Amino acid sequence: MTSPCLHYCKTCSVRRQVLVNKGRIIMAFVLELKGITKRFPGVLANDHIDLTLEQGEIHALLGENGAGKTTLMNILYGLYQPDEGEIFVRGQKIEVHSPNDAIRAGVGMVHQHFMLIPVFTVTENVMLGDESTYRGGFLNRAAAARQIKEISEKYKLAVDSSAYVRDLPVGVQQRVEIIKLLYREADILIFDEPTAVLTPQEADELFKIMKSLVAQGKSIIFITHKLREVLDAADRITVIRRGKVVGSTTPAAADQRKLAEMMVGREVMLELDKKPAQAGEAVLDVADLVVLDDRQQTAVSNVSFQVKAGEVLGVAGVQGNGQTELVEAITGLRPALSGHVSLLGQDITHATPRQITELGTSHVPEDRQKDGLVLSAPLTENVVLNTYYKPPYTKGVTLQPAAILQTANDLIKRFDIRTPNAQTSAGSLSGGNQQKVIIAREFNRPSRLLIASQPTRGLDVGSIEYIHSRILEKRDEGCAVMVVSPELDEILQLSDRIAVMYRGQIIAIVPAAEATKEGLGLLMAGVKQETAVTPVTTTGG
Amino acid sequence: MATTTLQTTNGVYVSPTRQRVMGILFLVIAFAIWGFFGRTTPSGETTTFGLTPGGIESTVGDWEIPALATMNILAMISAVFGGIQLARGFGKRTNAVLGIVAAFFIFSFLTWAAAGKSLNLAGLLNSSLSKAVPITLGALSGLLCERAGVVNIAIEGMMLAGAMMGALIASLTDNLWLGVLAAVLTGALLSVVHAIFSIKYMIDQIISGTVINIFSVGITSYISAKFLQEYQELNNPGIFRPWPVPVLSDIPVIGPIVFNNNMFVYAMFAFLIIIHVALFYTRWGLRLRSVGEHPRAADTLGINVFRTRYMAVILGGMMAGFGGAYFTLGSVGRFDEVMTAGRGFIGLAAMIFGNWKPFGSFGAGLLFGFADSLASKLAILGVNIPSQFLLMAPYVATMIVLAGVVGRGQVPAADGQPYVKE
Amino acid sequence: MSETEQPTNDQKKNFTRVLLEELSSQSVLIPILAVITGLIIGAFIIILTTEEVYEAWATSPWESIKVGWSAVNNAYTALFTSAIGSPTRIINALQSGDSLEIRRAFNPFLESLVASTPYIFAGLSVALGFRSGLFNVGAEGQLFMGAIFAAFVGYSVKGLPMIIHLPLALLAGALGGAIWGFIPGWLKAKTGGHEVINTIMLNYIAFRLSEWLLSGPMKRPETFNPVSPTIEESAMLPRFFENPIRFHAGFFVALGVAWLVYWFLFRTKWGFDLRTVGANPHAARYAGMNIVWVTILAMSLSGALSGLAGANEVLGVNHNLALAFSAGYGFDAIALALLGKSHPFGVVLAALLFGTLRSGALGMQLAAGIPIDIISVLQALILAFIAAPAIIRTIYRLKPSASGEDGVMLRGWGEG
Repeated sequence: MTSPCLHYCKTCSVRRQVLVNKGRIIMAFVLELKGITKRFPGVLANDHIDLTLEQGEIHALLGENGAGKTTLMNILYGLYQPDEGEIFVRGQKIEVHSPNDAIRAGVGMVHQHFMLIPVFTVTENVMLGDESTYRGGFLNRAAAARQIKEISEKYKLAVDSSAYVRDLPVGVQQRVEIIKLLYREADILIFDEPTAVLTPQEADELFKIMKSLVAQGKSIIFITHKLREVLDAADRITVIRRGKVVGSTTPAAADQRKLAEMMVGREVMLELDKKPAQAGEAVLDVADLVVLDDRQQTAVSNVSFQVKAGEVLGVAGVQGNGQTELVEAITGLRPALSGHVSLLGQDITHATPRQITELGTSHVPEDRQKDGLVLSAPLTENVVLNTYYKPPYTKGVTLQPAAILQTANDLIKRFDIRTPNAQTSAGSLSGGNQQKVIIAREFNRPSRLLIASQPTRGLDVGSIEYIHSRILEKRDEGCAVMVVSPELDEILQLSDRIAVMYRGQIIAIVPAAEATKEGLGLLMAGVKQETAVTPVTTTGG
Repeated sequence: MATTTLQTTNGVYVSPTRQRVMGILFLVIAFAIWGFFGRTTPSGETTTFGLTPGGIESTVGDWEIPALATMNILAMISAVFGGIQLARGFGKRTNAVLGIVAAFFIFSFLTWAAAGKSLNLAGLLNSSLSKAVPITLGALSGLLCERAGVVNIAIEGMMLAGAMMGALIASLTDNLWLGVLAAVLTGALLSVVHAIFSIKYMIDQIISGTVINIFSVGITSYISAKFLQEYQELNNPGIFRPWPVPVLSDIPVIGPIVFNNNMFVYAMFAFLIIIHVALFYTRWGLRLRSVGEHPRAADTLGINVFRTRYMAVILGGMMAGFGGAYFTLGSVGRFDEVMTAGRGFIGLAAMIFGNWKPFGSFGAGLLFGFADSLASKLAILGVNIPSQFLLMAPYVATMIVLAGVVGRGQVPAADGQPYVKE
Repeated sequence: MSETEQPTNDQKKNFTRVLLEELSSQSVLIPILAVITGLIIGAFIIILTTEEVYEAWATSPWESIKVGWSAVNNAYTALFTSAIGSPTRIINALQSGDSLEIRRAFNPFLESLVASTPYIFAGLSVALGFRSGLFNVGAEGQLFMGAIFAAFVGYSVKGLPMIIHLPLALLAGALGGAIWGFIPGWLKAKTGGHEVINTIMLNYIAFRLSEWLLSGPMKRPETFNPVSPTIEESAMLPRFFENPIRFHAGFFVALGVAWLVYWFLFRTKWGFDLRTVGANPHAARYAGMNIVWVTILAMSLSGALSGLAGANEVLGVNHNLALAFSAGYGFDAIALALLGKSHPFGVVLAALLFGTLRSGALGMQLAAGIPIDIISVLQALILAFIAAPAIIRTIYRLKPSASGEDGVMLRGWGEG
C-alpha cells in the first residue's frame, strides 16, 4: 500500500496544479462518459452511468458479475452502441461506432478473454490490423519486432516477439495484449477483469506493470470484482451495481468491508419464517477434494466439509473462486483430481451424474439456460429431463406422454409456473418461470441432498422469495441443502452454516447465527479475523 | 478439444503413447518390407525402372537395381528408425521420419512388383503429377476458404460447373483461354452464392455446399443432355498441349517429368507459390488467416471480417473453377456428365491431409495422384492387389489423419462458424 | 389432450386458429412456397434453354413468350401425367372396366411410389441424424453398403422360405448401413473427428468397395458386366401386380419404418436421449445422458436406415447389385430431411414429392425433351430456399417468424 500511494501523490499533485491553474472547465479528464444507457431485451444493463478518467490514474470500476461493467466498456470500445449518453475524450465529443474509432481516439482494451490468435507469433498478433510492410504488402516482421522490443523495454514488458502465443503462459499472453495497445499508441487503457485468468503472482506482476504505465502518462480503467485488488492497485474507485453507479471513493477512504457492502448491496427483503434447523446425520461428505478448471489450473484445492440432513450449508464467495468447479465435481460433471466425495456413506467421487442423481441428489445448476433446460423442448420434456426413463414416465421402453403431461400440469399448478400450457417450449418463458421449471423438476422427487447454485440469479423479488421458501421447505423435510451464491443476503437468509470460498479453498465455516455481513465480506476478500470465525483446516493449500 | 489441440500441435510436445505407437509402426513397416516383399523375391532378380516418360525420346538409360538387396537395405533402415524412435524419439521430426519410412515402403513395393520386369517409373511419376493437378487445385480452393473460416464442400460442384462452362465457351469462341476465363468466372459465381448463404444468411455451410453440389450436377447434366450431346460442335474445345519449358525440360530425368507438361501443371506450381507467399508473408494473408482463427480478435483490431471472408470464398471459387477447366481443357478435351468423379472431395481430403497448407496439400495431392496412377499399372505388372484398394487409400488416410493418430491437424479455429457481430 | 374436455365450438375455433397460427408461424408455409418458387425458377430455366424460344424471338417477343409458355406447359403437363397419371386415361380405363388398362393407367402413380421408397428411407436417415445434432452426409455410402449386404444375403443364401429370407436380407442391409454409420459415429464420439468429413470419405470407400466386389467376389459368373447374381426369389420384396408394374412391398415397409422412427424418436426413452443430446448436449450431460453412447447409437441407426434404402432397391426393384445403381439418393436426402423439418412424417411427405418429381421427370424427358437432370436443379433450389427462409420471406414479403428459429444450424468444425 505504501509504494502506490507515494506514486499516486506524485502524479496527483501535478494534476491538482493543472486544475488550480485553469479552473473547472478545462480538460482535466482524458475521458468522460456522460449518462451512458444501454438496454438489452428485458435488462437495463447500463442506467445513466457517468464516469471520468483523469490523466495518469488507475480508475477501478468495481461491481459484481452482471453489474454492467463490461457492457459499459464495450460501448466505449465501439463493440456496442449506447441507447443514450455521450463520450468525451480530452474534452472532445467522439462517436464510437467500431473498434477502429476507439483505436483512433487512443482507447485500447485488454479483453477479459484475450483477443489473441494462438497459432500466430507475438509479432504477428501485435502487428495484425496495423502491419508494418514493405512495398507490395509484404510483412516487415523485423520492423514490428523492433518496435515491440522498444515498447517492451520502455514499459518493462518482457516478451519474446518470435514466440507463438499458444506456447506462452497466460501472464505473458496478457503482456502481449498490453503491447498490442501500446503499439497502437493508445493512452487510455481498459483492463477488463485482467486478473480473472492469472495466478496471484501473475496478478501482482500485472499491478506493477499497470503502475509503470500510468507513471509514463497512460491512464487506466481497471474493471474487477475483486476487492483487494482494487485497494492494491487503484487510485480511484467507482462501484456499479445493477447498471447504476452506486458511488465513488478512494482506497484511502475505503476499506474492504465498505466496498463489499457497496458492491453486494443491501436488498430489502421480507424476513423468512425460518425455524431452527434440526440437523441430522451427515448426508454429503467432501474430503480433501481437488478439482481442476478448464485450463487445467487448480480451481478447488483440498476442500473438506459436510452437509447434514435438515440443514442449509451456504457457500459464499465472490464468483470465480472455485464454487462452480466444486459443484460440478460433486454432481459428477467434472472429474475430481484427488480427494473423496461420499453421499450417505457411498463413495461417489467417480460416479456418473445419473448415478449421483439416482442416489437422491437434486441439482439446480448455475446456468439455467445452458445446463438446466432444453430451451427448444416443451415443458413436458423439461420437467422429466432426468427422470424420463423411469416409471411412471416410461413403461418398458416407451414414454408415457399422459403421465408426463399430468406431472407437468401438476407442477405448473404447484409451482405457479406462468405458461400458456405444458406444451410451450421452455425458451419462450421468462427467466423466473424458467427457474421455476427447474426448481419444480428438482424438488418434485424425493431427494436427500439438494445442491442449488445461484438459484435466484437475475430473478425478480417475488420469484426470489418464492424459491427461498421452497428451499427452506425442502430443508424442513429433512433434506441436506447446499446453496451456492455470491449474494450475501441470500446466503444469510437461507443458511444454517456458512462456508466461505476464497481462491479455491474454504477458508472458514461459520454458524449463521454468529455471522455478520461485515465479517463475511472480509472473508470473501480473503481476510481472516481470528475472533469472528472458526477457521477450518486448510493445511494442504 | 481446444486444449488438446494446443498440446498436440505444439510440435515440441509429443505424447509418450504416440512416440511408442510411431516406433512400433516403423518396425511394422520394416517387417512388412522384409516379410511381404523381400521374402517373396528370389535373390539375383533385378528391377528395371524406366526414367523417361513414354512418348518422349529417351535421353537417359534405365535404372537397374538388385531387387532383394534394395528391399533388405530399406527394411533395415526402417527398423533402425523404429529403434531410435522407441528409444528416444524423433520429437518434432517424427512426421518427417514417418514420411521417409512410408516412401521406403512404397519404393520397396514398386521394386517388388517389378522384380524381374521393367516399370516406367518416370511415366508413373509424370501421370501422378497430372492427376495431382485437379486435386491440388481443389485443395487450394478449399484452403483459401477454410483459412478464412468458411468450410467449402462445394469444390466438387464448382469444379464440375467450371469444367462445363470452360468446354462450352472454349468451343463457342474457339479460344482455350476464354474457356479458362469462363470456368474461373463460373466458379466465382457459385462461390458468391456460397458466400452469401454462409456469411450473410449464416446458413450451415455444409448445407450451402450441398445445395451447390446438387445444383451443379443437375444443371451441368441438364445442359449436357440438352445441348452438348446434340450439338457436338459445342463440346469440342480442344486441349492445352504440353509445352516444354526451354532449358529446364532438358534436365535429365526431372526435366521430362516436370517441365514437359501443359499450362495447368505450371499454373498449379505458380498458384502454390503465390498462395503460400501471400498467406504467410503478406498483410493480406495475415488478415485472412486471423479471420479464420479468431474473427472477434480480428474485428477488435478493425479488420472487416465479412469482407475478408467474401474475398476468400470468391477466390476459392475461382480456383475451383480453374481446377474444373483442367478436366475439359487440360485433360479430356470434352465435357462428360459428372466427369469430376469426386476429385473435388479428394481435394478436400488433400487439404486436410496437407494440414491446411499449400505445399502440404500438394504433397497429399501428389500422393493421391500416385495412388491413382499406380492403380492402373497394377494389372499390367500382374500384381494381385485390387486397384480399388489403392483408390481407397486417400480416403482411409484422411480419416486416420482426422482421428488424430498422426497428430491432430491445424484446423483453423473458427472454421465453419459463422461470425455474428455483436 | 386436454382439449377433449372443451366444447366443440371452441374446438372448431381452436382448429382454425391453430391452422392460422401454423401458417403464420411459417413452418408449413415456407416449405410450400419453397417448392412453388423452385418450380417457377425451373420454368424459367426450361424457357431459357428452349431453342424455339430464341427462334420465335426473331418473329416477335410476344411469339417468343407464347412459345416459352407452351414449352413450360408441355414440360409440366408431362411431368404431372407421368408422375400421377393422365386423368382422362384413368377415367376411360375405369369406365371400360378393363383391369389391365386400369393397372396401366395407374402405373405412373405407382411408379412414383416406387421412386419415393428409397427417398423415405434415406430421408429418415438424415433426419434422425439432424435430430441428434449430427450431420450425416454419408447416406449414399451407407446405402451402398446396405445394398451390398442385402444383395449378398439375397443371392448366396438359398433354400430359405421367404418369411425368413426376406427379413434376413433386409436386416443384412440395415446392418451394412449401420456399420458404415457406426464408424463415423465412433470416430466422432471418441476422437472428435468431424462426421461430415468422415462420412464423405466413407462414401467413396463404399463406392470403391462395391466396384471391387462387383469386379470379382460378387460378380455374376456368366457375364463380363459388373453385376451381382440375381437374388433368390425368396428374398425379393413381393410385387402386387404383374410386370411391368414394379410397385412392391418396400413402400409399405418404408411407411412402417417411418412410423417406427417416429415412435422411437418421440415415444421411447432412447429417442428422448437422442433428441436431448441433439438439442442441448450440455443439458443432456447434466441430465445424466451418455453422450458418447448416444452419438454412436444415432449414427449407427442413421446408417441402418440408409442401408435399408439400398436393400430396398436391391430386393424390390433391381433384384441384383449393379454399379452406380443409386441416383444420388444420399445427397437428395439432406434436402428431404430439411424439407420435412426432420420429422418422420414430414420426411415421408417430402419423399413422396421428390419421388413423384423424379418419376415424372422420366416421362417429361421422353414426352417434352426436358432432360431429367432438371429435377436435381429443382431439388437444389428447394433446399436453398428452405435453408434460407429469409430469401422466401423477401420474395413474398413475409414478416420474420416470431420464434426466431431460422434454418438449420449445426455444430461447427472446431468443436468436437
